[in-house]
Amino acid sequence: MNSKTVTNVMLAFYMAIFFGFLFGPLIVMGVSAFNTSTYPQVYPIEGFTLLWFEKLLNDRDMVYGLKNSLWIGMWVVVLSVPLGLAGAMMMSQIYSKARSFYYVIVVSPVLTPGVIIGISTVVFWGDLTTTTNSRFLYHGLFMTVLGQSSFISAYCMLMFMSRLNKFDRAQEEAGLDLGASQTQVFFHILLPFLRPAIFSSAVLAFLSSFENYNTTTFAILADKTLTTVLAGRVRQGTTPAISALAVLIIAVTVVGAIIYEIVKRREDRERQARLDAAHAAELRELESIEKATHHA
Amino acid sequence: MLSSAGHPFIFILPFIAIVIFWVMAKFEPKPVGVTQKSFFERNGVPVAIYLIVAVTFWSLFMIVLPQLFMVEMSFRPKLPQIEIGGPKDLYTFENYHYFIYGSTTISDAINWVHIKAFFLTIFASLLIAIFNLALCYPLAFYMAQVAPAARVRFFLLLLIAPYWVNEILRAFALRIMLSSNGLINKILIGSGVVDQPVDFIGNDIALYAGLGYAYMLLMIFSLYNTIETLDHAQIEAARDLGAPWWHIHTFIVIPFIKPGVASGCTLVFMLSAGSLAAPLVLSGPRSLWFTPIVYDRFNQAFNWPQGAAYALILLIACVTFVLFVLRLGRLSLGEIAK
Amino acid sequence: MADVEIDCLTVQFGSFTAVKDVSLQIRQGEFFSFLGPSGCGKTTILRTISGFQDPTNGAVRIGGQDMSGIGPNQRPTALIFQNLALFPLMTVFENIGYGLRVRGVPKANRDRKVDELLHLTALSDQGHKKIEELSGGQKQRVAIARALAVEPKVLLLDEPLSALDLKLRQYMRNELRAIQRRVGVTFIYITHDQGEALTMSDRIAVMNRGKIEQVGNGRDVYEYPQTSFVASFVGENNGFSGTITKISGDQAEIETSVGRLVGLNKKSLVVGAKAILFIRPEAMQCGAQGENNLSGIAADAAYEGMTTHLTMKVHDGSSIIATLTGAPALEFPPQGSSVSFAFATRDALILPV
Ligand SMILES: Nc1ncnc2c1ncn2[C@@H]1O[C@H](COP(=O)(O)OP(=O)(O)OP(=O)(O)O)[C@@H](O)[C@H]1O
Ligand SMILES: [Mg+2]
Repeated sequence: MNSKTVTNVMLAFYMAIFFGFLFGPLIVMGVSAFNTSTYPQVYPIEGFTLLWFEKLLNDRDMVYGLKNSLWIGMWVVVLSVPLGLAGAMMMSQIYSKARSFYYVIVVSPVLTPGVIIGISTVVFWGDLTTTTNSRFLYHGLFMTVLGQSSFISAYCMLMFMSRLNKFDRAQEEAGLDLGASQTQVFFHILLPFLRPAIFSSAVLAFLSSFENYNTTTFAILADKTLTTVLAGRVRQGTTPAISALAVLIIAVTVVGAIIYEIVKRREDRERQARLDAAHAAELRELESIEKATHHA
Repeated sequence: MLSSAGHPFIFILPFIAIVIFWVMAKFEPKPVGVTQKSFFERNGVPVAIYLIVAVTFWSLFMIVLPQLFMVEMSFRPKLPQIEIGGPKDLYTFENYHYFIYGSTTISDAINWVHIKAFFLTIFASLLIAIFNLALCYPLAFYMAQVAPAARVRFFLLLLIAPYWVNEILRAFALRIMLSSNGLINKILIGSGVVDQPVDFIGNDIALYAGLGYAYMLLMIFSLYNTIETLDHAQIEAARDLGAPWWHIHTFIVIPFIKPGVASGCTLVFMLSAGSLAAPLVLSGPRSLWFTPIVYDRFNQAFNWPQGAAYALILLIACVTFVLFVLRLGRLSLGEIAK
Repeated sequence: MADVEIDCLTVQFGSFTAVKDVSLQIRQGEFFSFLGPSGCGKTTILRTISGFQDPTNGAVRIGGQDMSGIGPNQRPTALIFQNLALFPLMTVFENIGYGLRVRGVPKANRDRKVDELLHLTALSDQGHKKIEELSGGQKQRVAIARALAVEPKVLLLDEPLSALDLKLRQYMRNELRAIQRRVGVTFIYITHDQGEALTMSDRIAVMNRGKIEQVGNGRDVYEYPQTSFVASFVGENNGFSGTITKISGDQAEIETSVGRLVGLNKKSLVVGAKAILFIRPEAMQCGAQGENNLSGIAADAAYEGMTTHLTMKVHDGSSIIATLTGAPALEFPPQGSSVSFAFATRDALILPV
């Protein structure tokens, strides 16, 4: 064997271990969702069943938690995307000596453990609502949305910052020069430019919110979301119904990923078509110039 | 001792800071002749108002004030509802005292369980970060420098896919694998390596594997993103000069990707140390991890001030770690949070 | 009548002065160019006129009205950006109509105006397209149409042709000029390409290091440069620097490293002054003897059909170029042999350093 084959064999072995570690547990879990055995297992297969899925759908708490999770996710998107955008726009404008200080503040939630964010949110709103007599705001869903948004906004901000870096200031000036107000420039030129970032940060925000546990478990108080219900179930004992939930989540994400890929491919194709058109126009143009100069 | 009725002051603190900054900005020496447009002129009034309101709300009401309130609460005694704000509500160190001595007043015995859990958490998180670095580096390097573009895309997809599944379910999946009648034990027994099932959960192997598993993706991406910016020609040049592979990695790649290593390690460390899901799902009865203890301060002991104190201890440990990494690698925060 | 008046304009960035005390009057309907090397402050002047840059000192008046304190979106100017800055997410039609849209012009009027402009710029069937689909020349036209849509008093163009390739650039010069004649709007045009400036402009301001060196029409600038910068920047020129040794009438003699040369002393320099004598390559004769003679070694001959550029190396190592037309060009001696150039005193200009 030469050294190249040795390297390749080692590489293959490493990859097998790596992806085995990554996917093994998920595959085991996935298969166990269809096994009749009441303990989630792949071996031996005792029989094929969809019973666990049925159990899942009849689980009141789960369905209730799911509704809350979706509701929270929606509000997190509504809050985090605008906050992240404002944070990113402020970053480039803030008085330069304050900028690093500001940066530390708004990025710190990304690096703060989720439990601490959850705890501090509850403590703050608990105190605030008591002293200001607005106890109705001391509400699990409300605080979960705020707690999650504090760091999800920072994710969004980082995405907006990288998109804004690509913004050509001349676009803004062109708008102004044509008579638009700053506000019109914002809505007609900047926002459309940011649309891809808005879309992807919304997706990111929703998914981060949906699967969050550490912050939620504190901020939600006595209420439930899908993840807190799930955590409770998992602690009580293992049942294949949980595997079934995982299978459903995987299925939904796979479908989502496929749709995303299809849309992306179509966009790529359209873009390519436009570039081809430009190229053809370029050629026609040269030809017509050629002709014009000949006649002259 | 100070009365803890000092809330309004905490509330005003950040506003004072803002005013100070504003004053500083006003008196900043401007370069001669450059006229700058005001914030409102530059953004238009509606957008400017939106920016100010959004950023103020976010940074004050969602970040700074909650943290300050948590700090404040950690110095308050646990009191029944009616006595809060009363004469007994004085600032105190008793919650920190409890962390060290296991009692709010007596200093005879040391609270070994909590202290051990704390240091074990820090130490194990550190090891997990290093282990993750070692595990992910080859793949990140392969993807960023060796593999063709199409395969990289495929790998990225493969890597991200498992992370669409939520953290608890991922931990649960590992639990099924590693439980005493799980697949691994069946294989081990079936192949005759052992004759008694190995208690992966009881001896914490499951917990550490779960934590490593949970945050691998962040390490991969931190590394991949920086290695990708390394010019392949540099490696080629070193190879042409006859440098052995380990030399290339230690002296060319690693120094170059320092920010990526730092950010990967910081993220994995922070998330492991602050993780709640994996310890809840994967730890055995004798496992020690700090976050579940914090959780119990709230949900079982119903002792919020103490919980706040514990959370603060964890936070300080994490901040210290970040500062340490920044100092070690001579990096700025911006290079880590990407 | 002056349409745009620039009055003692100074623009500083920190301690760096990008534009120094510039005063100019640009007439209604004129095609006016700023010509100068990179970094000389052309864009800065343009941005000051359009309102994106506030002057440190001095004023800009348009149609007699002082523009200070008036934002770019309130001024009767339209700017064509160096990179065009078309809106990539809008169609051609929407791009051109944008200025009218933000002015609240009703849709029917707006559409009519856009159609008119599409016609003017020969883009009639391109309205529905996205910017990405257009060729370089088409993008150029969209930018012009978009700027003209708001009926500006002054159109400002910042090196709009610099991104195009040579053929198209030359073609677009004519087209731009034609459009300008048709619409009659004042054009203020920036370029560092002297060919562009000379062919298109009614008048040219040659700039150097934030200052205006000379203002005049193409011929003035080319044939009667007032400063040595203009003489060497506009067109090819041979320059010989030295000290004035003798004055006789409107002529002066200058001592240079290649000997004593005589030229016109239009700037009334006095004996002892440092000066440069400029002589255009096309005023140079090869082989003949004349009022001024130079000799050296034949270095290179570049044959271009109508003309040939000859290069002669003189003893101090510098090169002298002569551009010859017709037969004499073909008799250039082989490389390395000695040759001589001659020129007439009335063709040579002596300018201060
Ligand atoms: N906003 C600014 N801050 C600091 N310096 C600037 C700024 N804008 C321009 N300058 C400087 O002013 C000088 C003139 O710039 P300007 O853009 O007007 O040159 P230009 O003649 O248009 O050059 P080019 O042909 O390269 O476009 C340059 O040296 C540039 O570096
Ligand atoms: Mg310029």
